[in-house]
Amino acid sequence: METYTFLRQLADSWALLALFAFFIGIVLWAFRPGSTKTYADVAEIPFRHDDKPAAADETAAPARTKEART
Amino acid sequence: MLNYIKLIVLGLIAIFAMIAASYARDLAYQVHAIIILLVAAGMFMWTLRRTDEPAMPAPQNEYMDGVVRAGVIATAFWGVVGFLAGTFIAFQLAFPYLNFDWAQGYANFGRLRPLHTSAVIFAFGGNALLATSFYVVQRTSAARLWGGNTAWFVFWGYQLFIVLAATGYLLGSTQSKEYAEPEWYIDLWLTVVWLAYLAVFLGTIVRRKEPHIYVANWFFLSFIVTVAMLHVFNNLSIPVSIWGSKSVQVFAGVQDAMTQWWYGHNAVGFFLTAGFLGMMYYFIPKQAERPVFSYKLSIIHFWALIFIYIWAGPHHLHYTALPDWASTLGMVFSIVLWMPSWGGMINGLMTLSGAWDKLRTDPVIRMMVISVGFYGMSTFEGPMMSIRAVNSLSHYTDWTIGHVHSGALGWNGMITFGALYYLVPKLWNRERLYSLSLVSWHFWLATIGIVLYAASMWVTGIMEGLMWREVDANGFLVNSFADTVAAKFPMYVVRGLGGVLFLAGAIIMCYNLWMTVRRSPAVEADAATAHATPAE
Repeated sequence: METYTFLRQLADSWALLALFAFFIGIVLWAFRPGSTKTYADVAEIPFRHDDKPAAADETAAPARTKEART
Repeated sequence: MLNYIKLIVLGLIAIFAMIAASYARDLAYQVHAIIILLVAAGMFMWTLRRTDEPAMPAPQNEYMDGVVRAGVIATAFWGVVGFLAGTFIAFQLAFPYLNFDWAQGYANFGRLRPLHTSAVIFAFGGNALLATSFYVVQRTSAARLWGGNTAWFVFWGYQLFIVLAATGYLLGSTQSKEYAEPEWYIDLWLTVVWLAYLAVFLGTIVRRKEPHIYVANWFFLSFIVTVAMLHVFNNLSIPVSIWGSKSVQVFAGVQDAMTQWWYGHNAVGFFLTAGFLGMMYYFIPKQAERPVFSYKLSIIHFWALIFIYIWAGPHHLHYTALPDWASTLGMVFSIVLWMPSWGGMINGLMTLSGAWDKLRTDPVIRMMVISVGFYGMSTFEGPMMSIRAVNSLSHYTDWTIGHVHSGALGWNGMITFGALYYLVPKLWNRERLYSLSLVSWHFWLATIGIVLYAASMWVTGIMEGLMWREVDANGFLVNSFADTVAAKFPMYVVRGLGGVLFLAGAIIMCYNLWMTVRRSPAVEADAATAHATPAE
């Protein structure tokens, strides 16, 4: 089989399926149980380290600067 | 030790540039060789004076903001240059006299147009992306930029790229690919700079203290990676001579056209969309002081956008030698793209829910909101224009130009202005902006300017599209091309006036930002630190 024909057929069958499945997987992953809590925390990232980097021993900073949407 | 290597390399570059300048086969190459010679010699002196001096270790407990400040200044400067060039060429189209005889071959419309497009997209937009991505990645990773002075290399290397590209256009060095005009050696240089940019950005993400990579960084990273890939593939060419600027493309015919528009549309999709969405996902939450509306939606927005945008390019090549299936593919994906685009728009706008009152009091957030509004409008218009039947009317007309500008001025311009208004007080440690009423002036001048621009281009675009296809009872074309040109004159003047308003707004912004740095009161140190370090 010609390379062109092979790639063309691969692209609109298995490659398409794989990309589509990957995408659906991401959507399902975003809605996994417990994700709401995780993402509520993650969405606060821009409000944490405005002035200087986290100290060397510190990892995630739990302190919230501002209570979001009530 | 490193300095000795630097000196050797800079010396070799200077010598090579000297030889190149004397062997040069064309003027553009010669001028570029002289520019490179001056830069290399200047850097040689600069490095030499610092050699064997004790090095000051960079403080690791601070963000690296110097390069961000430089990026903000460069953004404002190149913005005004690009808008000025655009306004001038708009009037050149309305009044051909402005293609002055004495400047033929240098400052006529054909030479100035790529100068305008590259200045606004790559110089204004590119510097905005450099500055904001360096700012955002540090804050959201809680880490200083990786790689020490590499960030400065990226900044100055990018400015050199801009200067080489701009002077090349004026002197006629171009490979005639839209948005990819610079010739081979400029492309190689940009590749080096861009890989350094990727290294700094990725290095900072690797060093992050936050376990999660914030969504803005995903958008910035996809922009950097994709632009690297697009740039390399679209610029595969073989120079005719190492002493000349001319090169020959490796692809030919329809393959070359397809590669060009795969590049061209993804320059829109990843440079002007993904990168600027990174800005949106940081600066709108910061200015509104509330987190993004839905983080889940932002994840889906990201993956949907990058999965779909990359296929949309063929819609630029309807009714050409491109196979039908390919242009249908491009069209279908362009229409599907409407969904993630509007998902992102909704996410940006709804971030204000519960804080809509800020629209009345804060002109900066007004600017950001209207930019998202323009994003929504142009991402609706674009898919519609990609439909083959619509495209048969709109293609090659001014409608396309209007569409590009409602996206570029409305979305990219306004979100950048909003980011600059946010950044300048922060970066120069000022309490607030110099004048909010000047921000309002900027907002209204820019908005009215865009409306004049887009509306006049809709009218003239659809008009000329209809005139081109008008046939009489015997099947002969009714209008000559010159008839359409004559009919477009009033709209061209309106478009130029829109440009004047937009430019005036940008100049007001520069004044306001300048006065913010000069006049606004500094942020007062809080009581605890005030004891240790008295206010300056």
